[in-house]
Amino acid sequence: MEKRVAFRSAWLPYALLAPQIAITIIFFFWPAVQAVWFAFQLQDAFGLQTEFVGLQNFAALFADEHYLASFQTTAVFSVLVAFFGIAISLLLATMADRVVRGALVYKTLLIWPYAVAAAVAGVLWAFMFAPSIGIVTYVLKRMGVDWNWIINGDQAMLLVVMASVWKQISYNFLFFLAGLQSIPRSLVEAAAIDGAGPVRRFWTVVFPLLSPTTFFLLVVNIVYAFFDTFGVIDATTQGGPAQATQILVYKVYYDGVKAADLGGSSAQSVILMLIVIALTVIQFRFVERRVQY
Amino acid sequence: MVENRPWLTVFSHAVLILGMLAVAFPLYVTFVASTHRLEDIMQVPMPLVPGDQFLANYSQVLAAGGTTGSKAPVSTMLFNSTVMALGIAIGKIAISIIASFAIVYFRFPLRMFFFWMIFITLMLPVEVRIIPTFKVVSDLGMLNSYVGLTLPLIASATATFLFRQFFLTIPDELAEAARIDGAGPMRFFRDVVLPLSRTSIAALFVIQFIYGWNQYLWPLLITSEESMYTAVIGISRMLVGGDAANEWNLIMATAMLAMLPPAVVVVLMQKWFVKGLVETEK
Repeated sequence: MEKRVAFRSAWLPYALLAPQIAITIIFFFWPAVQAVWFAFQLQDAFGLQTEFVGLQNFAALFADEHYLASFQTTAVFSVLVAFFGIAISLLLATMADRVVRGALVYKTLLIWPYAVAAAVAGVLWAFMFAPSIGIVTYVLKRMGVDWNWIINGDQAMLLVVMASVWKQISYNFLFFLAGLQSIPRSLVEAAAIDGAGPVRRFWTVVFPLLSPTTFFLLVVNIVYAFFDTFGVIDATTQGGPAQATQILVYKVYYDGVKAADLGGSSAQSVILMLIVIALTVIQFRFVERRVQY
Repeated sequence: MVENRPWLTVFSHAVLILGMLAVAFPLYVTFVASTHRLEDIMQVPMPLVPGDQFLANYSQVLAAGGTTGSKAPVSTMLFNSTVMALGIAIGKIAISIIASFAIVYFRFPLRMFFFWMIFITLMLPVEVRIIPTFKVVSDLGMLNSYVGLTLPLIASATATFLFRQFFLTIPDELAEAARIDGAGPMRFFRDVVLPLSRTSIAALFVIQFIYGWNQYLWPLLITSEESMYTAVIGISRMLVGGDAANEWNLIMATAMLAMLPPAVVVVLMQKWFVKGLVETEK
């Protein structure tokens, strides 16, 4: 879409664009180019010498079982976060769409976790589930569950999934609610007249019509699980125990900042960039289709 | 309401109330923990009603931080978080609104090239280019400074897009009328575009304020001095050891303080928040 009317000036548009473009080049393009450049280099332990090693960093990564395990961890983590985040918020949004009384109160009380920082969400959940003093740990122990996420990898994964889902529910909820409210009432009413009960109506009418929203949220939630959950993990498990919760982003940070492996970390960055680009392309192709929907 | 099914309505309310309680439970536990002495919290199970140490704990963290881990006062951190959140929100809005004005209302060589250049930044979150970005900021001498905290995060494709989408919906007649009346582009921007963009600006401000306030990885990398910690970083620095060694009552008081400002913004500006959230993702 273009404007019919345009102003003319030889310098003004460039001046208006200059701040944005300058920051984009300095803080986005230059670092990204460097990440790609470092990915093909090997640096000695003191950072004094670098040599060009071609694809060696990438080959080393894919031969490293920790890295491959990190892929698997990320996949499990993001599927769990996306599935539970979407399922729970779809249930809540469907219910909120039904009720008339108190709708605003419910909405307000369900959306505030969006304002909580990922790291703070992690601290809250880590405290409730703390192995020795946590209140939920106490209840679990009473029920005969031995809970200690500091030594049990599966429980650590469960903890970061719960904290991440908790923080993301409000976002999914708002999008589902908007999606539900845009479904024409006449369709639902027609199904009701034909004798379909509420459950049947949901699965045959409402859910298919919501599929664009659901698909959009699926991509957004996967991106969220890939990148934005860094704070949750750093504030709770720090990738442990024994890398059970070391997702790809955390490994980039750990290898680059803590272990000072510049080449390896940059190669991981490049792989992550490719993943983000793929996810963004999927998202945008979908958004274009949604416009015609 | 399609039909009257009282039991289903009761069920809906029950599910919503349960969901609400589940969502609020961590907050309640945090609040309770922030009002007790450490010894009380260390008892298993910890008390589930608020204690009487509210003032003592909160004034302790605001004035002097923790007593064993980080001793940076939380009031300084809250100030830093505010500067960072406002800097990012205002900075992003300012540079994106003029950039999209240029892209929508002017014809000039390389227009689409610049547009795509901004577009591509959507694909490069900080997390994937951590170390090189850190190097650039360190070479520019911006470590431990407000400029270093905000500037690298204020280029935003989403804000530019939102404004572009909005500008495209402004009727062409307004620009024509402005030109006939002899108004230049900047006059048109100030007197027509800016007032019309008020809702978009408000919506974007809420989203970006929360985004800035909740930044974690970036301040973690570039702040090494306690005086530059943001509130979110401060909490993670107070976690010094195993779960029995942490001063949970003070950590939880800090967590409450760190959650409060963005939560207030979301609840009070709910309308703008929902609008901003739904529109920035289009």
